[in-house]
Amino acid sequence: MRKLLKYLKGYVKESIIGPLFKMLEASFELFVPLIMANIVDVGIRTEDTAYIWRMCAVLVFLGVLGLTCSLTAQYFAAKASMGFGTALRNDLFAHINSLSYTELDVIGTSTLVTRITSDINQVQTGVNLVLRLFLRSPFIVVGAVIMALTISVKMTVIFLIAVPLIALTIFLIVKITIPIYKKVQSVLDRVMLLTRENYSGARVVRAFARQEDEKKDFQETSDSLKAIQIFAGRISALMNPITYVLVNLAIIAILLKGGREVYNGFITQGEVMALVNYMTQILLALVALANLIISYTKATASALRINEVMAVKTTMTDDAEDMVKLPDSPYAVEFDHVSFTYAKASAPSLQDISFRVKKGQTVGIIGSTGSGKSTLVNLIPRFYDASQGEVRVQGVPVRKYPFAQLRGGIGVVPQKAVLFQGSIRQNMQWRKKEASDDEILEAVSIAQAGEIVEKKQEGLDFKIAPGGKNLSGGQRQRLTIARALVGRPGILILDDSASALDFATDAALRRAIREKTKGMTVFLVSQRAATIKQADQILVLDDGRLAGVGTHRELFHSCGVYREICLSQFSKEEVESLA
Amino acid sequence: MRKQKRENNKDTIRRVLQLIRPYWWQVILCLVLASVTVAATLYVPIVTGDGIDYMIGEGRVDFAKLSQIVILLGAVTAVSAFAQWLMSMVTNHITYQVVRDIRIQAFNHMEKLPLRYIDSHQPGETLSRITTDVDQFSDGLLMGFTQVFSGVMTILGTLGFMFFINIGIACLVVLLTPISFFVANFIARRTYSMFKLQSETRAEMTSLVEEMVGNQKVVKVFSYEDEAEQRFRGINERLRICGIRALFFSSITNPATRFVNGLVYAGVGILGAFTAIAGGITVGQLSAFLNYANQYTKPFNEISGVITELQNAIACARRIFEFIDEPAIPEDAADAVALEKADGSVKFDDVSFSYVPEVKLIEHMNLDVKPGQRVAIVGPTGCGKTTLINLLMRFYDIQDGTLCVSGHSIDRIARDSLRKNIGMVLQDTWLKAGTIFENIAYGCPDATMEQVVEAAKKAHAHSFIRRMPQGYDTVISEDGGNISQGQKQLLCIARVMLLHPPMLILDEATSSIDTMTEIRVQKAFAELMQGRTSFVVAHRLSTIRESDVILVMKDGHIIETGDHESLLAKRGFYYNLYQSQFAES
Repeated sequence: MRKLLKYLKGYVKESIIGPLFKMLEASFELFVPLIMANIVDVGIRTEDTAYIWRMCAVLVFLGVLGLTCSLTAQYFAAKASMGFGTALRNDLFAHINSLSYTELDVIGTSTLVTRITSDINQVQTGVNLVLRLFLRSPFIVVGAVIMALTISVKMTVIFLIAVPLIALTIFLIVKITIPIYKKVQSVLDRVMLLTRENYSGARVVRAFARQEDEKKDFQETSDSLKAIQIFAGRISALMNPITYVLVNLAIIAILLKGGREVYNGFITQGEVMALVNYMTQILLALVALANLIISYTKATASALRINEVMAVKTTMTDDAEDMVKLPDSPYAVEFDHVSFTYAKASAPSLQDISFRVKKGQTVGIIGSTGSGKSTLVNLIPRFYDASQGEVRVQGVPVRKYPFAQLRGGIGVVPQKAVLFQGSIRQNMQWRKKEASDDEILEAVSIAQAGEIVEKKQEGLDFKIAPGGKNLSGGQRQRLTIARALVGRPGILILDDSASALDFATDAALRRAIREKTKGMTVFLVSQRAATIKQADQILVLDDGRLAGVGTHRELFHSCGVYREICLSQFSKEEVESLA
Repeated sequence: MRKQKRENNKDTIRRVLQLIRPYWWQVILCLVLASVTVAATLYVPIVTGDGIDYMIGEGRVDFAKLSQIVILLGAVTAVSAFAQWLMSMVTNHITYQVVRDIRIQAFNHMEKLPLRYIDSHQPGETLSRITTDVDQFSDGLLMGFTQVFSGVMTILGTLGFMFFINIGIACLVVLLTPISFFVANFIARRTYSMFKLQSETRAEMTSLVEEMVGNQKVVKVFSYEDEAEQRFRGINERLRICGIRALFFSSITNPATRFVNGLVYAGVGILGAFTAIAGGITVGQLSAFLNYANQYTKPFNEISGVITELQNAIACARRIFEFIDEPAIPEDAADAVALEKADGSVKFDDVSFSYVPEVKLIEHMNLDVKPGQRVAIVGPTGCGKTTLINLLMRFYDIQDGTLCVSGHSIDRIARDSLRKNIGMVLQDTWLKAGTIFENIAYGCPDATMEQVVEAAKKAHAHSFIRRMPQGYDTVISEDGGNISQGQKQLLCIARVMLLHPPMLILDEATSSIDTMTEIRVQKAFAELMQGRTSFVVAHRLSTIRESDVILVMKDGHIIETGDHESLLAKRGFYYNLYQSQFAES
């Protein structure tokens, strides 16, 4: 939590004024019992009606003052905490943007979403509560004790014994229950897991006729949830009665001792009343503080989770500031003894890879999962830095480029077909902001997505729902291919991007790319030999190593791994007839 | 419309009450305890006031009476505290018990829902009903029990005590306190639009974050970071401005009602003081009154919050009930056949089926599969290949014609016994969060380790399992992140291998399995199909070629049947499909 305090920097004034006015308000509240005591002791005793009116006017005046102070405090607390949340959110978002693929792999994007939304909200609420209430409760407690002191030192002893006892009870109960509620949460997570599992696995559960066992399992989990909830409830149920008893014991003590003091003429009747009132105020303040502690614990848990993300520093910074001047190189992409190991992995994913691709060539990359195909193409736009060796694009090492220049020249179609909320046109303008409709439609037609746009009444204005839910998997995939083609990148990378397309569309797509994008260097990553066998150059990867480079015909005869792949997908006669 | 809604609410409340009914005596106990608590708590200020009255001034303190008062006070405190404690325990018990009941009921219902429902609803929807909704319902129920009832009791009790002590001052309190209620209401109504704006802006931000952070890699692919940040900052700034307003105005409520309470307090002070001078009440009674003036307004302020909470709880309960009311699969008929060991014959006789009446899918299908035959189903995606699986497993019921398994019409066979005779390996490899052992033994929980290892060996899964950190005891995480897709498929095969079912349904994976594992999966499939009637949704030419019967499907129809050679010779749809898939160029 402390680490995040810097986001309050622009709101120092607000964060001081807020609690200050809250304390002012509290101090006005502390005067109320004293004034009431005066009404009793002076006003009623002497039957001085003017005095009573005066005192009541003071009460109302204190009320107005309290309201004003409180509103001021509320306003500044709101301003400071919202400002805090906004600054933190901006910073976290920028921080996430600065992370490279390496860090994203480690953290995982879904947790990042919850951290930037609900976790920050939680912390923001915590800051607001602290600014408003954290000083107020202790102030009231201390203030009430001091007020008691002004009435009678002897009577204050009761306060000095009772207050720590009540405080201790409240904090002990809070302290004991917080870990129990964490446990409740973990059992609740299991309830969720079982539900989700049984829903998504309904077919399998039924196929194996295990419904009854699953029900039993769920019932057991529900029972243990109930048991632990009741246990937690049993402990929190103690809070109110115990504090109530303690306060009333203190009041009894006040009455007993107060009676003696009144008898001896040290204090008055009204003052005993005031003391009783102070006792009640202390109890209310402490209970409020207990609630505050619970919210604060939640906020600190969230703050920890935010700090975790903030602590992750990017391993790759966009240092190059000036655009690189491209030399006249015949090669679009060169790999020079490149090795790569993922963070926290024990074995390298790519080992000593060297190859060159001439401008305008089509390169097929094939190999089993985990052989390093995607890793290899991810090094070209520098999503990861090679651990050893050098990757060059258009003759220049990728590390020399500013990110925008390097990635701007490459069209990438990722494995997962992700489109964004907005019109098709907006999605198509991701690579090139000012792309015209003609440019877009051309890319769309190359990507075999023409019929998708044509069939929509709105055409390019068709609104894509969040997550692209109003399109089928194949439609999404074709549109992501079109998106990468807009603005004619020099290099196009298709990372197993035709998996949701049927074979005929896949073939038509490849034909269109070949015919309509002259001069574009194309990388095709695939599991299907049929997809890549026409490439000018095929890279065969096996367990991170380059097992072979060449054309289909060459490789089929020279490369064992390639032949095995082909044979597993075609029959022997077919492969031979094709080769 | 509104009347309809009220009807629904009534209905929901009635059902909630029905849920609570088994615990009726606990509920009554709870109400009694609440009354005791409230009465005792309200009596305390009076006793304290009396105590103060016995200490009028120097030398004028009635110690005998005072000690009586103290004993009384102690007794009342003890009763109140005990009743309070017992009440919390009982409400806890009722609430969590009811919640457990409703949760189990919902889950059990889920197991009985037809797949038609499950396929057409997002899992998140059901999940939120069984977890979040049930939780909110429980919170609301708990609060409703403790706060509404004791709140009302407190208001009534305070009123009673106040009128008992002094009618004039009581009237003043009764007249003034609703003001704070109105003020709170007034503010709530005024702030509603600001809250709405805030939650809309927040939703806008969440959806942006989900897209941009959730797909951070794509953002990087297009160097879209700066643009994303700009959009985020824009929304964030708007959120800040409307957030300050919403937060500020919502936090006005408390000070404002406190101010009104202060006014009431001062009013009681004045009137009380004058009445005391006139001899109408004692100082102690005035002290009790002041105490009540505070207590009386509290439930008013709380109740508005509780009512929203309750409304929310009822809305949640309604969503849960809606789920429970979804029609379940009818039970197996009492005289349904329990299929011991199917002979493996399957006969489709004029079978028709469609998911939606308007879109005809399978029409008048005929097919006769002999025991031990291998049937390959091929065709473009979306042609209804998986529909056949749905019908064979009776995940969906056919609408016309007869489908016979082992000579019995499928709707005459008890579902579980039918399914136990069919081993199913789907492309969507579902595994439970649990150990590898538990997963392989899923269809036969009492299997021994030897049997499981045996099955794993046959499925070519033993070698990779052995290499896992804890072997067969390795826990597979929920998303199966610690094993690959291909390995998952091998486990699914082992799961079926353990059972030796006479019939099989296999769904070949299209992609994303590495070559070596793929070869293993192929071998395992081949071993599995040995001597069993099998239906294979096939993508691989080798599988198709080795089948006894190939069903070529298009738009839900079987347009061609035969073996590989005869279908090629036909030069029909299969021939074209074959050309485009395997002989391009």
